[in-house]
Amino acid sequence: MKVLVAVKRVIDYNVKIRVKSDQTGVETANVKMSMNPFDEIAVEEAVRLKEAGKAAEIVAVSMGPATCQETIRTALAMGADRGILVQTDDELQPLAVAKALKVLCEKEQPGLVILGKQAIDDDANQTGQMLAALMGWAQATFASKIVLEDGQALVTREIDGGLETIKVKLPAIVTTDLRLNEPRYASLPNIMKAKKKPIETVTPADLGVDAAPRLVTLKVSEPAKRQAGVKVADVAQLVDKLKNEAKVI
Amino acid sequence: MALLVIAEHDNAVLKPATLNTITAAQKIGGDIHVLVAGSNCKPVAEAAAQVAGVAKVLLADDAALAHPLAEALAPLLVGLARNYSHVLASATTTGKNVLPRLAALLDVAQISDICAVESADTFVRPIYAGNALATVQSKDAIKVITVRGTGFDAALASGGSAAIEAVSAAAATDLSSFVSAEITKSERPELTAARIIVSGGRGMASQENFKMLEELADKLGAAVGASRAAVDAGFAPNDLQVGQTGKIVAPELYVAVGISGAIQHLAGMKDSKVIVAINKDEEAPIFQVADYGLVADLFQAVPELSKAL
Repeated sequence: MKVLVAVKRVIDYNVKIRVKSDQTGVETANVKMSMNPFDEIAVEEAVRLKEAGKAAEIVAVSMGPATCQETIRTALAMGADRGILVQTDDELQPLAVAKALKVLCEKEQPGLVILGKQAIDDDANQTGQMLAALMGWAQATFASKIVLEDGQALVTREIDGGLETIKVKLPAIVTTDLRLNEPRYASLPNIMKAKKKPIETVTPADLGVDAAPRLVTLKVSEPAKRQAGVKVADVAQLVDKLKNEAKVI
Repeated sequence: MALLVIAEHDNAVLKPATLNTITAAQKIGGDIHVLVAGSNCKPVAEAAAQVAGVAKVLLADDAALAHPLAEALAPLLVGLARNYSHVLASATTTGKNVLPRLAALLDVAQISDICAVESADTFVRPIYAGNALATVQSKDAIKVITVRGTGFDAALASGGSAAIEAVSAAAATDLSSFVSAEITKSERPELTAARIIVSGGRGMASQENFKMLEELADKLGAAVGASRAAVDAGFAPNDLQVGQTGKIVAPELYVAVGISGAIQHLAGMKDSKVIVAINKDEEAPIFQVADYGLVADLFQAVPELSKAL
C-alpha cells in the first residue's frame, strides 16, 4: 500500500510572530520556518507503518514556494521515499490544497492519506476533511491511534468528551493529533541520503486546479494586549484581591 | 435570507455551545433554523425550539445518525444547505470534523473559528495561535462557518416557540462506522462552559498531585484544565487540555498552577476575565498576562488556598 503524506512549511512554533504595520499579514521575512508540527507526526506515522510492513511506499507532498523543497527534504530524511512539490508563489487556501491533493490521489492511488489536523499558521483545520469529501472517501480526524486491518482502519479520535474509536474503509484520509506519536529526529546519514531521493515539481496549473483564494483577507491585526497585573505577596492577599478587588469568588 | 445552525448534542441534551452559535447567527441576521440530526433525539429538538430567536427546528431522526459521523451527516447537510445563505456550527470537535467536508461538497471555502461578525460576508478569526486576528471576506454564495463559543454570549435557552419539522435523513453510507467511546466522567462543570477554571501544568509533577487541584476546584465550583505538558506527561486526560490544539476557554477566573505560559497555551485562555498565576519561576511568561501573580511553591500555595476559601 502506498501512503501519501501532506506537509506544510510554516513559521516555527516557537517564534513570536509580528503583524506587519500595514496590516496585510504577518512578517515572514527572515523568520525561522519549519515543518508544521502536526505534519511531522503524520510523516512519523507513515514511516512507522512502513517499518511495520503495512506500507510499501511513502510519498511526501508540499505546496507553496520553492523553499517548500526543504520541508519535503525533511520528510525524506525522516523516511519518506519520494517527494512532490506543487510550486506556486500565490496564496493557497485549504480548498485549493485539497483540490490539488485530489488530483495527486487520483494519479498516485494511495491506500491511505495522512495529514496534520491543522496548520499552526492559518489554524484552519479543514484540508483533510475537504480532501475526503472531494474523493468520496472516509475520514478519521484528530487521530491518536491507527490500526490497519483487512482493508479497514480502526482509528481512535480525540473528541471533546474523551476518546472515540471508529472504523473506516480504506482508502481513507487520516488527520493526526499531537498524541499519535513522537516524531523522530532525522540522523545525519539519513539527511545525506535524503538529498538523493527524487522530488518531482509541478504547478497547480499542471494539475488543472484553480487555486484562486475564496476568502479575501481584508486585514490582519494584533489582538488586544493584556497588561501584566500585580504580584501578590501570599495566599491571604490573593484571596483578598479575588474577593474584594476582582470580585470573582 | 435564512441561516442554518447545526445543533450539537448527545441525543438527549442540547450542548451549551449551540447557544453561542445561535447568537453568532443572530449577529449575521435572518431567520434562524436549527438542525437536530441524531437518533431518538426528539428531546433535543424540543429544547432547541425553546431557544430565543429560533424560527424553525429541523429534526432528522435516523438510526444512521446516532453518532455524528461526517460521512453520514454531510449528504444530509448538502441537501439542506442549498436553501440557506449561511450554515453554522460550533467549533467543537464535531463541528470541525463535519463542516469542512460539507464546504468541499458545496465547493465553497469554510471559515473556521470566527470570534466576531462584521457583516453577512465578513468575519474575524484568530490565526497563529491567537497572536493575530484576520478579518476575512467570503465571496462564496453559501457561507460555511464554525463559531468560537467564547466569542459570543449564549442565547437564552427559553422564550422561543419554534415549530419542529421532520426532514428525512440521507441514505446510509458504509464508509465509516462507530465502534466505541471512552467519555471522561466528571462531576465538575464542563470546561468550555465553566465560570471558574483551575488548570495545572508540568509543575504539578504527577497525576496524584492533580488531586490538589481537584480539591481547589471543588471549593470554587470550578472545572479542571491542563496544559499540553501535563497531558503529555499523563497527569490529566487529553480532553482537559486548554490551548491552541485543545479547548478554547474564557471563564471569569482562570487559575494557572505550575504552567509556564507557552504561546500555544495562552491561545486557549488569554480571553479569560481574570487570570491568576501560581508559579515558583518569577520569569515565567504566564506572569505577563496574569492579573494576579503569586511567586510560590504550588505544593504549599494550593493547599493553603483551598484552606483559605
